[in-house]
Order: sequence, then C-alpha cells, then structure tokens
Amino acid sequence: MALVEREPLALPSGRDGVAVEPLGVLARPKTKAGWRSWVTTVDHKKIGIMYGVAAFVFFLIGGIEALIIRLQLASPNGKVVSAALYNQLFTTHAVTMVFLVIMPMAAAFANYLLPLQIGARDVAFPRLNALSLWVWLFGGLFITSSFFLGGAPDGGWFAYAPNTGVAFSPSHGMDFYALGIIITGIGSLVSSINLIVTVLNLRAPGMTLFRMPVFTWMALVTQFLLLFALPVITVAVFLLTFDRLFGANFFNVAQGADPLLWQHLFWIFGHPEVYILILPSFGIVSEVIPVFSRKPIYGYPFMVFSGIAIGFMGWGVWAHHMFASGIGPISVAAFSLSTMFIAVPTGVKILNWMATMWGGKLRFTTAMLFAMGLVAMFTIGGLSGVSHSVSPADTQQTDTYYIVAHFHYVLFGGALLGLYSGMYFWFPKAFGFMLNERLGKWHFWITLIGFNLTFGPMHILGLNGMSRRIVTYQPSDGFTFWNRVASIGAATIAIGTLIFMYNILHSYRSWKAANRPNVGADPWDGRSLEWMIPSPAPEHNFDQIPTVHAQDDFWHRKYGEDEKGRAVRIKATEDVTQKGDAKGVHLPSPSYFPLVIAVGLPIIAYGLIFNRFICIPGALVVLWGVYGWVFEPPDDPDVAHDHHAEEPHDQHGGDGGLVPAVPEEAPVG
Amino acid sequence: MAEVLTADAPAAAGHDDHGGHDPHHTNTGISNEKLAMWLFLGSECLLFGGLISTYLLYRYKLRSFPGFENVQINRLGAHIYDIPFTSVSSFVLLMSSLTMVLAHSALTRNDHQRTRIWLMTTALLGATFISGQVYEFTAFYREGLGYTTNIFSSAFFTLTGFHGVHVTVGIIMLLSMFVQSARGRLAAENAERLEIVGLYWHFVDVVWVVIFAVVYLIP
Repeated sequence: MALVEREPLALPSGRDGVAVEPLGVLARPKTKAGWRSWVTTVDHKKIGIMYGVAAFVFFLIGGIEALIIRLQLASPNGKVVSAALYNQLFTTHAVTMVFLVIMPMAAAFANYLLPLQIGARDVAFPRLNALSLWVWLFGGLFITSSFFLGGAPDGGWFAYAPNTGVAFSPSHGMDFYALGIIITGIGSLVSSINLIVTVLNLRAPGMTLFRMPVFTWMALVTQFLLLFALPVITVAVFLLTFDRLFGANFFNVAQGADPLLWQHLFWIFGHPEVYILILPSFGIVSEVIPVFSRKPIYGYPFMVFSGIAIGFMGWGVWAHHMFASGIGPISVAAFSLSTMFIAVPTGVKILNWMATMWGGKLRFTTAMLFAMGLVAMFTIGGLSGVSHSVSPADTQQTDTYYIVAHFHYVLFGGALLGLYSGMYFWFPKAFGFMLNERLGKWHFWITLIGFNLTFGPMHILGLNGMSRRIVTYQPSDGFTFWNRVASIGAATIAIGTLIFMYNILHSYRSWKAANRPNVGADPWDGRSLEWMIPSPAPEHNFDQIPTVHAQDDFWHRKYGEDEKGRAVRIKATEDVTQKGDAKGVHLPSPSYFPLVIAVGLPIIAYGLIFNRFICIPGALVVLWGVYGWVFEPPDDPDVAHDHHAEEPHDQHGGDGGLVPAVPEEAPVG
Repeated sequence: MAEVLTADAPAAAGHDDHGGHDPHHTNTGISNEKLAMWLFLGSECLLFGGLISTYLLYRYKLRSFPGFENVQINRLGAHIYDIPFTSVSSFVLLMSSLTMVLAHSALTRNDHQRTRIWLMTTALLGATFISGQVYEFTAFYREGLGYTTNIFSSAFFTLTGFHGVHVTVGIIMLLSMFVQSARGRLAAENAERLEIVGLYWHFVDVVWVVIFAVVYLIP
C-alpha cells in the first residue's frame, strides 16, 4: 500500500497544526488506553462494545424488576410490593427491556459488525456514532433515575393517554418516560442515519448489496424502520409532554380529545418497533446457522426479500393492537388480514433456517444451540401471534396473560436468544478469547428450560382469564399453581444469567492463566469478512480493504469445490487472513464533545420536570458541546494523514504482488 | 440533529475523511453528508405527518371553546385566520427557496460576493416569515385563543410551532454559512455543503406548502 505522506492538514483558517481547545478546555484527547480512550472514542468497535456492556447492565436491572414481579405473583394475595410500585415495576421492566436492552444490544452488534461485514474502516460519521451511544446511555440513566426521584413511570410502556395524563398518573414518572423516550430516540435516530449511510456508501469494492451478509441486510432494514418509526413516537410523546407539562389538550377528553389518537400514534411506531427488536436477531442466526451447518444460507434472496417484506408490511398491521378499542369492523377485518399475511415472510425465514440445517454438517456449539432455540421458540410465539390476528379470538385474549406469553416467546425466545447466540459467536472476535462451551451449554439449557417454565404456563393462565398487569389474585381464582411454576421458571432464568456472567469471568481467567493464547482470526471457520481480520479486531479493521467476489467471500477464499460439488479446502486459513499489523492507517480522531452534548440533554429534561431554571445550565452544556464539535476538526491536524483515494485493494485470496502497508509512523503529540 | 450534521462539514474543509473513504467515491455516488440529510428529511416527513394528522383529527372535534361562543363550531379556523396575511408570509418563505438556489448557484460560479448577498437575503426572508408567525400567534392569543384554550388551539400551535422551530434552525444554518463565507472558508469546492443546507431549507418550505394548504386554505 503506497502511503503518501502528506502535509499536515491545514486548518481552513490558515492556521495549521494548532491544537484546538474550544473555550480553553477539553483539548483533543490523545490517550490510546484507559477510561479516557473509551469515553472519547469514535471507534465503532469500542462503541459497539460499550453499547453491549451498558445494555447488559440494563438487562440485569430489567431482570431484577421482573423477578420482583414474579415474586409478587408467586402466591395469591402477594404482599411483596404495593399496587403503585407494582405498576412502576411492570412499566419500567418493559421500557427497560425494549428501549434499553434489546434495541441497544442489537445496536451493539450492528455497530461492531456492519463496518466489518461490508469491509469498511469505520461508520460514515464516527463522531455521530459516539453521540448516539452517549445520548442513548444518558437517556436510559435518566429514565432509570426516576425510581429515586419520586416514582418511576407507572402507565405501561405503551403509556395509553389519557390514562397517563396528570389526572391519572400524578407522579413525575410519565414525564420521565416521555422525555426519556425523546432523548433515547435522538440517539437511535442519529444512529440509524449513520448506519444506513455506512451500508449504502462504504461497502468494499465488489460488495454489492446482494453479496452482503444477511445480518447486514437485516440490520439495514431495522435502521430504516427506526428512521421512519421514531418520529411518530416522538410526536406522540411530545404531545403527551405538552399535555402534562404545559397544559395542552391533546388527551383532554373533557374538551373532546380523542383517546384513540395516542393509540394510533403509539402503535404506528409500536408495531414496526416489534420488527426493530426481532430483525437483528433474525440476522444473527442467519449468520450463525450457515457457519455451524457448513452450508451457505438456504435461499439467500428469499431471506433478504422476506426481511424487506417484513419491513414494509410491518407498517400495515398496527391496529391489531387495538382490536378491542372499537375501531370498527372494516378496520378490524383489514388489519386481521394484513396481520395474517405478515406471518408469511416470517414463515419463509423459519423454513429457510431449517433448510439450511437440513443435510448440513451440524456442530452444536452454544451459539448454534441458541440459534436453534430461536427458531423453535420464535415459531411458538409466531403461532400464538397468528391466533391474535383472528380478531374474535383476540377480543378474548386481549389484556390477558396469553398476550404476555406471546410477546415473551417472540422477544425473549426470539430476540434475546438470538442476541445470546451472537454473543457466543462473535465474542472471540470482539475480545480475543472464547467463552467456555461447557458453561455455555449449561447457560443455554437452563435458560431454555427456565424460559419455557416461566412463559409457557402464561398461555394457560391467560386462557383461564388471568388479566395482565394485576397486582395480585385470589386463591379462589385458580391461578396459583401456574403462577408458582412461572415464578420458579423466572428464578431458573436468573440462574442461567448468572452462569453466563460466570462464564465470561471464568473464560477470561483461564485465558489469562494460559498466557492469553491467540484465538486466531477465524475460530469458527466463518464465512463473512469479519473473520478475515485478527481477533480482537485491530483498530483500523482491515490492513487492506478486501475486494469481494462473491457472497460469503471469505469462505470462498478458503474453500473451492471438487467435481461432486463438495467443499474442499484450497487455502489454509492463515494464508487468507490479515495480520492486523498495518501502521499509519489514518483513523478519525477521538473527541469529548459527543459526551458533552449527551450530558446536557438529561439536564434539560430534569429542568422541564422539576424546575425550568435547571434547563439553562443544561442548554449551556449542549451549546458548549455543539460549539466545541463545530470548531474541532474531525481529523486531528497534528496527526499525519495518509491518503486513501489511491489505496490499493487486494486481489482475491490476498496472494502475491502486494506490498504490505509501509509503516509510516504517525507522529503523535 | 440538522445543525450537528452540517456542523460536521465545515470542519472537514478540503479533506473529508469519514472512515477512510473519499466522499466522492462512495458506492452510491452520493456523498455521505448529502445521503444523511436525505435520510433525515425522510424521517422528518413522518414527524410532520404525525403532527398534521393530529391537527386534522382535532380541527372539527371541538365541543366548546370559551371566548368563541358566537362562532359556528367547525368554522373556528376560518373565523380566526387572516388568510391574506398568511398568504403574504407564505409567499415570502417560498421566495426564500429561490434566493437559496441563487446563493448555491453563485457559489458554484465562485462568485462569493453574490453568495453572501443571497445567503443573507434567504436568512432575512426566513426571519420575516418567523416574525409573521410571532405576530400571528400574538394576535390569536389576544383574541383569546391560547395554547391551552382547547384541542384545536393545542394542535394548531404545536404544528405551526414545530415548523417555526425548523425554520429557525434553518436560519441559524444559513447564518453560519454566511459567516463561513465571510471568513473565506466556503470555497466553490464546498458548494455541496451549501447544497445540503439548501435541501433542508427547501424541505422546510415544502412542508409549509402542505401546512398552509391543510391548515389555512381547506375550509
């Protein structure tokens, strides 16, 4: 790679090489290690890891909330929590799991993997990427802080107005909900724009759209859903905020307001949101299953197009959440039909995963087990979902535990099992060591059993008439036995989660004890480009941007076909992987300002709730962040720049004729 | 967000290097910044879609509105709107799209003097529109139609207010473009940066066309 040493970038003002210190503070961070390198990073991989870690912490919080709920419901006349606290617990459990666990966990995978899978050095806007992370994280902390500031949200994650107006929800909880959704929504919106531009614009040479891995495709569809769904919920929570804080009349029924307004706005967002939660996991298992079946994904175009179809049809089914709200027989019939239709592309996916495994050389690793768990459990959840689409049946099921069972089968049994599968699969790529497989299998089986114990009985409870969201029940209701089973199941899931956490610790210790052996670029015999680079992935991702010639390009670099069409190895893995030793690759410089802006937003929100004067320092912090951002060049002028326009791309197989990157040490300092 | 997106661009002057890719060699042929703005505007369509739907739902749903007892219920808007006034301010805003195009065209011809003139004109036209909105809001308030008066007023002020905030953000973007140009930082090669601001500005105008038709003109 002929690197051309260029003049240091001249500042547009004509000053050059002057360290920029807006307002005299927060100079360009230089550290490459320590906490400072994390909070200022713009590296998509570090951002992805932070998304994942923070989401896992929120997962534990949401899980503890769930355990308290199950403890309360373990026996009739439960006295563990008061009814008011119970409302807060089920609301925050849902808000946490949806907005602070599954979405960001999917964002973690998307951030980490999209640039690697399409052969890019980073996302399109690295600083905006950092902004997304911090804005989301501080928004999440803002929502969670409500527990200590006068009460958490208590109107359900769907927050049906006018039930969530000041009259019926007088604590500040729903304000925290509304403002928190706005803040985390800003983060998700910025992230979705960033990732769409990345996938559309930064693909490696030869990486056409229909050579992209299925995960990349599903993440792309998810980002489009976010892009168009988030503004709708933003409108809804803005209206709610204006009602609650400024006395507007959007949900003031006494003035003639329409209570269906909120339901429509919420579910126009809410149903695409369901696919925002599940599609990334669909993408993950579409990567895992082919690798551990040693077969290409069956029906790649069908997988991609069914994902796109889900993305489109997801916009036409929202009112099936409102069958019992009196929207009229024509609407009900139309949304019934569209809901039945959307099961078709999902069914296509299920069949294609099974066809991928069919006749494959299966390896039952933990990642594969979780992926198969998704296929099985999501199918159960999907089938109960189809039963909701039959509107007469749904009017019986609405607001019962049958619904709770259904969406936990698709979100836990679907989304979460898929995310676990991805964690086991890409853990060596992100951290350089494998998770212990034996503990992993314990984790899988205990989680799977606990999950079915918890949510399976809820089908029965629901059909027996147990309402959702009730704080307790009577012995005479006949709900005691299955509730107890469900609570035992919840404890089992908790044990499974503890095993997972122990697994990380244990695997790290034994890796360290064995002098940190190199796990290799390609521990699973993978198929996509991220397995071409060392583990953990080097900061610059690729020494040379690969030129892509086929779908599953990396696999084809390793394997050819014999005359019977069977895969035969043509090159050793070491010969086709990169060494990660390129030097002097220019990378975007770290920055404090995304963090500064993100700190300011919750301060404004606190101000809106408690005292408008607090908004002023918050706004000043945001302005400071914006100001610093604008006057800080994205590239540090002190760091030498390499020119990438003429960057050569390697030949297929990365063989011969290539000069390795000339180390052109970047003078730092 | 919008200001953040453009905020990225000026600092990159001359050497735009996001993730090691030259913006002129993207897969789509559209630069990252411009594609991002298009996506953002796509998202904004649904934001205004939600607000316009809310307004449409509520404009005929009034049951009572203190202070307007003598007005036929579904004619409140027609009673209170000053159509000629708003038509003029709408015309002003639409003309600002023209001056925006002229500013961009002047920049591509390397005519910095005219770029600045047209930029300032665009910003002033936008500010005129905002002043008209402030006047209109004040007049409504004096007539007794405050933000909290009824569901109609809440929906009206929220919809037009959101649009006003968008115009204001656009004016800030235009003024920062003006300052950059005055300080010699807006070269003809960076004309795309101005084009991206223009995309936003035209979008805000187009949204106003819809709002003006839906809110003011449809009886």
